Amino acid sequence: MNNPVPFKENLWQEEINVRDFLYSNITRYDGDASFLSQPTSVTKKLWNKCKKLLAQERENGGILDIDVKTISSITSHKPGYIDKTLEKIVGVQTDKPLKRSIKPFGGWRVVDKACEENGYTLDPKVVEIFSKYRKSHNDGVFDAYTDEMRKLRGSGLITGLPDNYARGRIIGDYRRLALYGLDRLIEAKEADKKNLDSDMTNDLIQLREEVSEQIRALGMVGEMAKSYGIDVSKPAQTAQEAIQYTYLAYLAAVKEQDGAAMSLGNVSSFFDVYIERDLQAGVLTEAQAQELVDHFVMKLRLVRHLRMDEYNQLFAGDPTWVTEVIGGVFKDGTHKVTKTSFRFLQTLYNLGPAPEPNLTILWHENLPEGFKQFAAQVSIDTSSLQYENDELMSHSGDCDDYCIACCVSMMETGKEMQFFGARCNLAKTLLLAINEGRDEFTNTEIIPDIEPLPEGELDYVEVERRFNKAMSYIAKAYVNTMNVIHYMHDKYYYERAQLAFMDTHINRNMAFGAAGLSVAADSLSAIKYAKVTAVRNDQGLATEFKITGDFPMYGNDDDRVDDIAKTLVHDFNQELAKHHIYRDATPTLSVLTITSNVVYGKKTGATPDGRKAHEAFAPGANPMHGRDKSGAVASLNSVAKIDYNDARDGVSNTFSIVPKSLGSKKKDQVGNLSNMLDGYFAKHAHHLNVNVLNKDTLLDAVAHPEKYPQLTIRVSGYAVNFIRLSREQQQEVIARTFHETM
Amino acid sequence: MLKVHSIETFGTHDGPGIRLVIFTQGCPFRCAYCHNPDSQTWNNPKAIELTAEDIIERLQKEKPYFKNGGGVTFSGGEPTLQTKELLPICQQIKQAGFHITLDTCGGIFTEETQQLYDLCDLVMLDVKHINRDWHVKLTKHSNDTVLKNAHYREQTGKELWLRYVLVPGWTDQDEYLKEWAQYFSDFKSITKAQILPYHLLGVHKYAELGLDYILDGVRAATESDAQRAKKIFEKHLKAVEIA
Repeated sequence: MNNPVPFKENLWQEEINVRDFLYSNITRYDGDASFLSQPTSVTKKLWNKCKKLLAQERENGGILDIDVKTISSITSHKPGYIDKTLEKIVGVQTDKPLKRSIKPFGGWRVVDKACEENGYTLDPKVVEIFSKYRKSHNDGVFDAYTDEMRKLRGSGLITGLPDNYARGRIIGDYRRLALYGLDRLIEAKEADKKNLDSDMTNDLIQLREEVSEQIRALGMVGEMAKSYGIDVSKPAQTAQEAIQYTYLAYLAAVKEQDGAAMSLGNVSSFFDVYIERDLQAGVLTEAQAQELVDHFVMKLRLVRHLRMDEYNQLFAGDPTWVTEVIGGVFKDGTHKVTKTSFRFLQTLYNLGPAPEPNLTILWHENLPEGFKQFAAQVSIDTSSLQYENDELMSHSGDCDDYCIACCVSMMETGKEMQFFGARCNLAKTLLLAINEGRDEFTNTEIIPDIEPLPEGELDYVEVERRFNKAMSYIAKAYVNTMNVIHYMHDKYYYERAQLAFMDTHINRNMAFGAAGLSVAADSLSAIKYAKVTAVRNDQGLATEFKITGDFPMYGNDDDRVDDIAKTLVHDFNQELAKHHIYRDATPTLSVLTITSNVVYGKKTGATPDGRKAHEAFAPGANPMHGRDKSGAVASLNSVAKIDYNDARDGVSNTFSIVPKSLGSKKKDQVGNLSNMLDGYFAKHAHHLNVNVLNKDTLLDAVAHPEKYPQLTIRVSGYAVNFIRLSREQQQEVIARTFHETM
Repeated sequence: MLKVHSIETFGTHDGPGIRLVIFTQGCPFRCAYCHNPDSQTWNNPKAIELTAEDIIERLQKEKPYFKNGGGVTFSGGEPTLQTKELLPICQQIKQAGFHITLDTCGGIFTEETQQLYDLCDLVMLDVKHINRDWHVKLTKHSNDTVLKNAHYREQTGKELWLRYVLVPGWTDQDEYLKEWAQYFSDFKSITKAQILPYHLLGVHKYAELGLDYILDGVRAATESDAQRAKKIFEKHLKAVEIA
């Protein structure tokens, strides 16, 4: 295109500052969804090809193909296409779509096992390199782990630690490649590196090496782009280029890293600036704009990583967490909704529902009504969206250009990263307190010096005292374990491709997690308000609990128990903050389980709330299945009481409601869902997954999966293709409370 | 103290917006299709008692959800059976600034119920049959007071919704549907007339309570039944909808 209309000038030209570019050039949209386009014939053709590949992948048992020889890097593979003649946005992770690559730097044994489980053999050369000449992150971690750390890991008290796979959750500001072009980004990094020159402390040496790696990665991004015939050295000039460049930057990250969550950021309204300019110039039509977005989203749906079975138990359904946040408002109160915010949601109609990208609405009371209604409608039709409280996050994080890593972890785009840290099982911690610090199944001592409880009925004060002691012990061990893991990850599997698109001086969080909150809270409530006695075996371990009388249960807007839950989160967060943290990261805490609530439950004995041994926990901060009996608002209000300031890494709530309960007519359903979100977030709640479906649909999908290839359901901070869940996980999802009014 | 059968915090079918629905205990009618038979009698060991303060506290907690006209709905059972208790409660709720809906069978007509009607922003009146004999057959009571209540509401000029449960073979006769709609065609207070297709979801409760189910064997109303009734209603009434 010749001489495009120049963008509005501002600070963004002086410095790397995408937020300022967006703020200066955004075209807000306050209307409704009526302008949106259906998929073009090219889109339909291309998506049909993808659907065929996806069906083959499913028939193959979940994996289409693996390249067992080539260690994946930004430039490791030749360009790959779905159909070169149709694709408006190009680039896949290997030379073929859905073909998975090996990334052994996190831990080669995991890669070896994943290959084997899928009927492939990892190239012996790779094994030789990593067992003889090159250490992986996993090897480093186990060199430094103490006996205590191994014990905690083995008992299932802390599970899902990223010590044998990549940590992920680092989001590059991939928009930078489009806005500035490669040359400018390399220049800026070179200048940064030059300034990293004073006393050569460990920190400074480490950072200098890292910036050098970032510059190397940027060079490789240019090379990879060239292999697709694209020159990314200068800023993007058109909408197509802006989307393509941004995608290539993201692609570089998912070629090098297979972190659990490889999230995207907040690109939609950024794209809109270019789309709007092209539309105004008459070089793009609405149908073409939608086509670009559809093709981009298609690519995101094809992102794959090689996982072993054990991993799938924690994170079911092969998720990649390509999280994209949409909406929100700037600090001055003006909203960030553009027509491209709508176009992204429209992909769920044009291509059908899907779990990825993980579309996340930054909800704010001041979002335009038309957008609120459209998002609510999309939720009702597809159950593919999650919602997070924009005001709470932008205020707490003091920034208005942020994204979400994984499910609920907020970070300022390009300026903040986190060290991801799995989660600690609070319900099991309570059992340790009741069992003199011994594991309720194996009798192994996990926590020293927990005195036995007095005989007879459990006394709340006595239990609480031991529980606090146990929590304090676990918190310390947890922090130490995380320090080891992230030291080694930085050393052996540094995320140069993501960090190349971020500020050199970056803010770091260390994200801890808690699981089993509702079980722990209800258990303490039972001990406090009912009579609970432990039935102990000959080793003195509690095998079940006898409960006499009623007790308030979390999920009914009853302060007596909700305060217990709230205090638990607060206390655990305080305990974590007491300890030294690697690279002076700020500790944060999430109440989030992903799908590991099933595994956590399995590893936890019977609890004083009446839950049986091995029974699944509720996901995230959810009330326990079926115990929230006072209607949806009461259930939501209970979760809203967990203070976000105590859980800055997010408080996840997964909400399922049958369509009729939202109202009798679609219009009422849309209005009521939108109002429900306004109400919930006005109560300072943080996050809500919204599922609008009937239990019967899920039961039918269990029996006839072939009828539901695209049935999507929100589980805990992400969405999955329902038929890709294990039977056990499907059952847990079905057992959850479906809010129903009659 | 108000005797309450149960509470729903996310009511979306009993008035505008999201509502706190309070189902009171006890009802003068014995509707053949009642889907909450355990709310009919006065004695129910599971019933709870609520004060005005309890209800207002719950409303305050729920206030952010009431953006598009939401509020509290008193349903039942039959709330007007406890008019004496409800009057001061509703006065306090009004003072606290919440929208009140009364979902009533209209079976009681006294000076006090008139005061209660006046306090409520919206009255949803179930006129279960326009024919007196059929009404008796269906509810064990005549519809005299029901119609008196309708006229009273019309006279005050305050908002009124009509509701009608459509039961195949019982309430779906063409001539009575027409008569029903014609009867209310001049009412200016009516802003909505809702048709509620009969469903079988409450049937199991009768067996659990050891009660006979009069409508045993009657099928649920279908979408086309409802559409047919809607067409008839629409000849005489505005804003007819199938709930």
